[in-house]
Amino acid sequence: MTFAAEALAAALILVGGAFLLLGSAALAKLRDPLRRLHAPTLAVTVGLGAILIASMLEAGIVRADPSWHELAIVLFLFLTAPVSAQMIAKVHLMEIDPATLPPPREGGPWASHAPDDEGEPERGG
Amino acid sequence: MIATAAVIAAAAAGLGLLLNLWRLIRGPGAADRILALDTMTVNAIALVLLLGLAYGTGLYFEAAILFAMVGFLTTVAFCRYLLRGNIIE
Repeated sequence: MTFAAEALAAALILVGGAFLLLGSAALAKLRDPLRRLHAPTLAVTVGLGAILIASMLEAGIVRADPSWHELAIVLFLFLTAPVSAQMIAKVHLMEIDPATLPPPREGGPWASHAPDDEGEPERGG
Repeated sequence: MIATAAVIAAAAAGLGLLLNLWRLIRGPGAADRILALDTMTVNAIALVLLLGLAYGTGLYFEAAILFAMVGFLTTVAFCRYLLRGNIIE
């Protein structure tokens, strides 16, 4: 039982490390800011999730000292990763020239560039 | 076995940190730099956790939780500053 848990934890740690490296390599290599946006937010979250599951296994079965802190980290990261990704995407939308964007389906400007009720450009966030 | 795997994964996370640093320096836009900083935070959390796994101690989780919270706040603060010009209205 302990050996199986240890083997599973070691395998999860290796998978997590591979995903971390994959996410960072994709961040360095992909050619477009929006492509770069999706690679680390997905792969790094999976990588960190695998390492945290391995950490729970190690604490609970190998050291017989169960701990729930990892779940707090996983929950926090899974809740905050989409928020930060969306905000970074908005910063990117603000930076680029709106003329280079594809047209939105309903006509008019994209919501991030459209004026709000007071006539100021909506900058979101 | 776990300690060996943790050392290997820590090497991967360190290499990932170097790649993020390259993207942070290179840019080209502010969004890329914020994204690189965000990914560096996640890699740093992974390094702290792997250190705890390699030493077989649970002492490092508080540091990892702090990294997660401060990293998220940093990202949101950077983005809000660029989007609206201030952080707290």
